[in-house]
Amino acid sequence: MLRLEGVSTYYGPIQALKEITLEVEEGAVVAVLGANGAGKTTLMNTISGLLHPRGGQITFEGRRIDRLPTERIVRLGIIQVPEGRQLFPDLTVAENLRMGAFVQRDHRGIKESLERVFAHFPVLMDRRGQLAGTLSGGEQQMLAIARALMARPRLLLLDEPSLGLSPILVRELFTILRTLNGEGTTMVLAEQNSHMALTIARYGYILETGRIGLAGKSEELRANKKVKQLYLGIRERSPMTPRGGGESGGA
Amino acid sequence: MLAQLIVSGLASGSLYAMMAIGLILVYKTTHILNFGYGDMTMFSTFIAYMLLTWYKLPFAVAFLGAIACGFLLGIIVDRGFLKMAKNAPITSLFIATLGIGMILEAVAGWVWGYDTKPFPYIIKGPPVLLGSVVIRRHDLLVFAIAAAIALLLFAMFKFTDIGIAMRATAQNKRAARLMGINVGQIATWSWAIGVGLGALAGVLIAPIVFLDLTRMILVMIKAVAAAVLGGFTSLPGAIVGGLLLGVMENLTIYMPAALAPLKTTFVFLLIIIVLAIRPQGLLGESVGRRV
Repeated sequence: MLRLEGVSTYYGPIQALKEITLEVEEGAVVAVLGANGAGKTTLMNTISGLLHPRGGQITFEGRRIDRLPTERIVRLGIIQVPEGRQLFPDLTVAENLRMGAFVQRDHRGIKESLERVFAHFPVLMDRRGQLAGTLSGGEQQMLAIARALMARPRLLLLDEPSLGLSPILVRELFTILRTLNGEGTTMVLAEQNSHMALTIARYGYILETGRIGLAGKSEELRANKKVKQLYLGIRERSPMTPRGGGESGGA
Repeated sequence: MLAQLIVSGLASGSLYAMMAIGLILVYKTTHILNFGYGDMTMFSTFIAYMLLTWYKLPFAVAFLGAIACGFLLGIIVDRGFLKMAKNAPITSLFIATLGIGMILEAVAGWVWGYDTKPFPYIIKGPPVLLGSVVIRRHDLLVFAIAAAIALLLFAMFKFTDIGIAMRATAQNKRAARLMGINVGQIATWSWAIGVGLGALAGVLIAPIVFLDLTRMILVMIKAVAAAVLGGFTSLPGAIVGGLLLGVMENLTIYMPAALAPLKTTFVFLLIIIVLAIRPQGLLGESVGRRV
């Protein structure tokens, strides 16, 4: 469905993505893992057309998209849920959702999407007249996803959706993502929470300073010794005493 | 007497408010302060003047001509000039708008001449008496148009896709693009509506202040003052700021005669006082809230 071949993206003179080759099959969840600064957000923004690659090409359903402006890419059905939610704080919940459906022209379709979104996120229905900026962190993340669903995505790009959520909300979030995938939405999921991401992804890529360090099926990645140590926080037969917790720390 | 001064102050105040809204609209979606606004307003008003006095066309045509001219000027400024220099720093773009204004001024002087011209009133007839207050018919027309514009804008920003998209773009440009909103188009719309509002206000204020090349710049400065007074990002704030400014300006008549030459500067003193007490303006958001 989506193919990246040798994609390189720069911020001025600095190369942030180095010849990324990646494939997403229709119906799959693909995880993109990596530490802070590895290039996950750059990758998402390159697919969405907010950044244009200097080398390589991106095709979506056989069509080249790496030169298209974001608004055209959105119309093709590639919808991003950006890192840090990026809601419109002074618009109401209902207005945020309406903006999610901005490219939709079919009024009945919009109404159906709204009903579907409220079925998934009943709390948004209760708060639809409230300003988005006044929602709690968890509700804001739900609204960010709901807003993307209003665009009827064929491919959903999720950039760190679990960031800043409590463990209970993270679990709830992943349940919802699994349901959405079950309903046929293809997803690319960039996550620092590698453990959760690999439980719902079919395939995973690990980004290391802008290049793909490792790629494979989720089970393979989970069994990989290096992945276990670096990304899942599991130390096997370590001579050091295991430190409690596990998840990689850091801001 | 007081009621009289307040009513006529409200009339000119609603014109300042209308212009202030045009200024804020552009500023909110593009972060550009339109320094050429006064000249764009002057140019559009001259179009109305030409249609009226050279071609003897009816007022309605002149009116629509001026608004269409403002609308088009907005589109040309955005598409023709600013898009070309889109990677320039924002302060350079301020100066670019000033430059466009000076070009318009030169062209206007060349076409319409440098002398001050009287601009006819749209409706004539004796003033209307409301109790002891005498209201010019022209002021009634101004009130009606200003109220209609305010309602129209409110409906647009609250109920239409394009209006909500303008607010969304003002709040988070990147997120707006991710919704498939063409933020370049939104900027063009803001410019068109913004300069169009100036043209509308220009035609309504010209009978009172007359028309020449630079007079509208003074009106623009008052619109800037109204915008600042209201908080610069809030449209209701611009309305309150404009009305307040218009009334205050009229009330300076009570100042001692010795201070009369300082009358026009008084309103600016007022603005400094307001900003010292409330840095965010009367209806503005508290400073530092925006990320």
